[in-house]
Amino acid sequence: MASTTKDSYYVPDQARWPIVGSIGLTTLLAGFANFLNGSSVGATFMVIGAIIMVTMFFGWFGTVVSESVSGTYNHQVDVSFRMGMIWFIFSEVMFFGAFFGALYYARQLSVPWLGGEGSNLGIETHQYLWDAFSNVWPTNGPAKVGGLEDGSFHPMAAWGVPAINTMILLSSGGTVTWAHWGLLANNRGQLIKGLIATVVLGFSFVVLQAYEYHEAYTEMGLQLGTGIYGSTFFMLTGFHGLHVTIGAIFLTVVLFRSLRGHFSAEHHFAFEAAAWYWHFVDVVWLGLFIFVYWL
Amino acid sequence: MTATTHDDHHDHGPAKGIMRWITTTNHKDIGTLYMITALIMFFVGGAMALVIRAELFEPGMQYVDPLFFNQMTTLHALVMVFGAVMPAFAGLANWMIPMMIGAPDMALPRMNNWSFWILPFAVCLLASTLFMEGGAPSAGWTLYPPLVLQGGNNLPFAVFSVHLLGISSIMAAINIIVTVFNMRAPGMTWMKLPMFVWTWVITAFLLIAIMPVFAGAVTMLLTDKFFGTSFFNAAGGGDPVLYQHLFWFFGHPEVYVLILPSFGVVSQIIPTFARKPLFGYSSMVYATASIGLLSFIVWAHHQYTVGMPIQGELYFTYATMLIAVPTGVKVFNWLATMWKGAMTFETPMLFAIAFVVLFTMGGFTGLMMSISPADLQYHDTYFIVAHFHYTLVTGAVFAILAAVYYWLPKWTGYMYDERLGKLHFWLTTISVNVCFFPQHFSGLAGMPRRIPDYAVQFAEFNAMSSVGAFVFGFAQLILAYVVIQSIRGGDKATDEVWEGAKEHGLEWQLPSPPPYHTWTTAPDIK
Repeated sequence: MASTTKDSYYVPDQARWPIVGSIGLTTLLAGFANFLNGSSVGATFMVIGAIIMVTMFFGWFGTVVSESVSGTYNHQVDVSFRMGMIWFIFSEVMFFGAFFGALYYARQLSVPWLGGEGSNLGIETHQYLWDAFSNVWPTNGPAKVGGLEDGSFHPMAAWGVPAINTMILLSSGGTVTWAHWGLLANNRGQLIKGLIATVVLGFSFVVLQAYEYHEAYTEMGLQLGTGIYGSTFFMLTGFHGLHVTIGAIFLTVVLFRSLRGHFSAEHHFAFEAAAWYWHFVDVVWLGLFIFVYWL
Repeated sequence: MTATTHDDHHDHGPAKGIMRWITTTNHKDIGTLYMITALIMFFVGGAMALVIRAELFEPGMQYVDPLFFNQMTTLHALVMVFGAVMPAFAGLANWMIPMMIGAPDMALPRMNNWSFWILPFAVCLLASTLFMEGGAPSAGWTLYPPLVLQGGNNLPFAVFSVHLLGISSIMAAINIIVTVFNMRAPGMTWMKLPMFVWTWVITAFLLIAIMPVFAGAVTMLLTDKFFGTSFFNAAGGGDPVLYQHLFWFFGHPEVYVLILPSFGVVSQIIPTFARKPLFGYSSMVYATASIGLLSFIVWAHHQYTVGMPIQGELYFTYATMLIAVPTGVKVFNWLATMWKGAMTFETPMLFAIAFVVLFTMGGFTGLMMSISPADLQYHDTYFIVAHFHYTLVTGAVFAILAAVYYWLPKWTGYMYDERLGKLHFWLTTISVNVCFFPQHFSGLAGMPRRIPDYAVQFAEFNAMSSVGAFVFGFAQLILAYVVIQSIRGGDKATDEVWEGAKEHGLEWQLPSPPPYHTWTTAPDIK
């Protein structure tokens, strides 16, 4: 470490955490796969893998934080981190793109086709399978997969909890920016207050979504297995909720680091990375609110 | 400016023993790890191919049962694509990009280590399915539902293996992009960038865009099987064809992930051995970028027979044909580079020229299949098998072989045995054509792919194919021997290795082998 000066790019000697991460990730996933196949040891391996992963994240990020605080990173290293974070977020956008793609495909193509649209030459092929089915959205398909006992279900309305959650996320985008202004102006109080507000709003979103899921599962007949509507609804909002949780944990770490006096007006990559990630989660939510809940 | 071999306190060597390789953050070490993994996987995937060709040597069922045969076709493809070709190019990128742009290392060295070290675990997850109830996945490398959901216990392992491979590729791609954007030596402007670096930047962009989509698609497979979702189930309002769209939105750019770095390699090698600068450098850059962009809007040409609306068939036909234009630009640029060059024909150049000729053939058969009414005849026959093996074996694999012979003396410091190299080249090139050329004919005559038995009229072509495949497979042992021999010693290589190579890239200004850390002080770029 002493070998590095401010004017040269920091190339670490050895890294022990990546191999720990690989072992943890593989244990977690192999455990999950065994669990899905009905093996009794699967869950145990999942827990062990998850513990290894959490340890790895603490260790790896801890190393990076202490190097950062001791001034190891010059401006060029900082730029690498920023670019890395931006491209990581881009990959996340594409991941959500796959599920949005599935939603659009179902709504614009597969459900209309099942309802008889686009048949060539007057041959109504759909009639041989499900002649009573017509193109409606939301739907759980011609066979009424899942849902309540009679195969029906209630779709999630936009103007209840989802609208409140939209307000929560949008205002949390504002509070995190306000915290950033505080950091830039060396106003630590504003930084910390802004972060606390953002974290509280973030976790409130998660709690409200959990409440919404509970309603859906117990009252509305809306479950993961409720046809294509349930599939797209829960996979999209579920992965989004997971990302909100990750983002809120990320912001919590940034909050604790701020309380310890980390970050300066010039040097605060982790804060900005968390903020970017938070805005990304925010934008995905807007897409969800419009296309999953509202339209 | 030379490499700073004795540059003081900064030049710490590698760790000792096995921990050097497990904990390394050095781009050269990680490049070596990737290359060795790729070589091993090349033989593993090759052995699977030989199981296929042994069974197909004559009509009737000989050695394996149909289920195992299908597992072999599936795993052969997955291992070759994700275990051999992609890691080989990642290895080349790791070794060469920092040396070519005058950077001290990759931009994110720890993440670089993780990119590599996820790979062996992902491969193990996939390979473990061979020993499970129901065996390995057997629905083809595309993992189409509903077939893939009807297998044994392998599905979650295959899905998680894809997730791990995706994480590994995305991290590698992010690292490459950040390295090229942020770590170029002063004066190394974008339009001075070596073509290999350019092609990898565009490839990395493709990877970051497509691997998450593939991850999403296989996640839907998983939830359809285990959590009751209906993404690919028409009874619930979904559609198995949705999977095909998601898969090929990934899959088509993916095949360019395999071929764009090959273009880069060939664009490095031909100028060196023609002793001329690359003809039409800027048009090469734009052609690569165009191919990258077009790759995102042509995916459904893999699905002409699935029952798409006629407008879709038309659109995808014309869009696909467009790709021939930038690809043609590249081929003509390579020819023009060789035109009136003072050419010599060392092994890397032989492989590069064979690449140009044979990849172009694969390109032309691709053009034939881009035409949707014609493709109805070719679809799922041995014609497509011939097509993509011309692009991926005589294309991507030949480019990797060319690159290995080209840079091996730089890496090891010793010249390889040119006589053995030439023997390897001729055996490989002849046998690969004996193997794959007859498949055009059996395909056009109607032999379907992915079946263990066939009608007797295809017997001669298949026997030829199998003989070619076995010669090809065993000829690769020469490669392994040449590489090991060059690592252990031989004639010392000079710094520029190839006559006049100093004109063709920064890497030739470094010693052979280069010191553990290179360009710790940025070089001056003319």
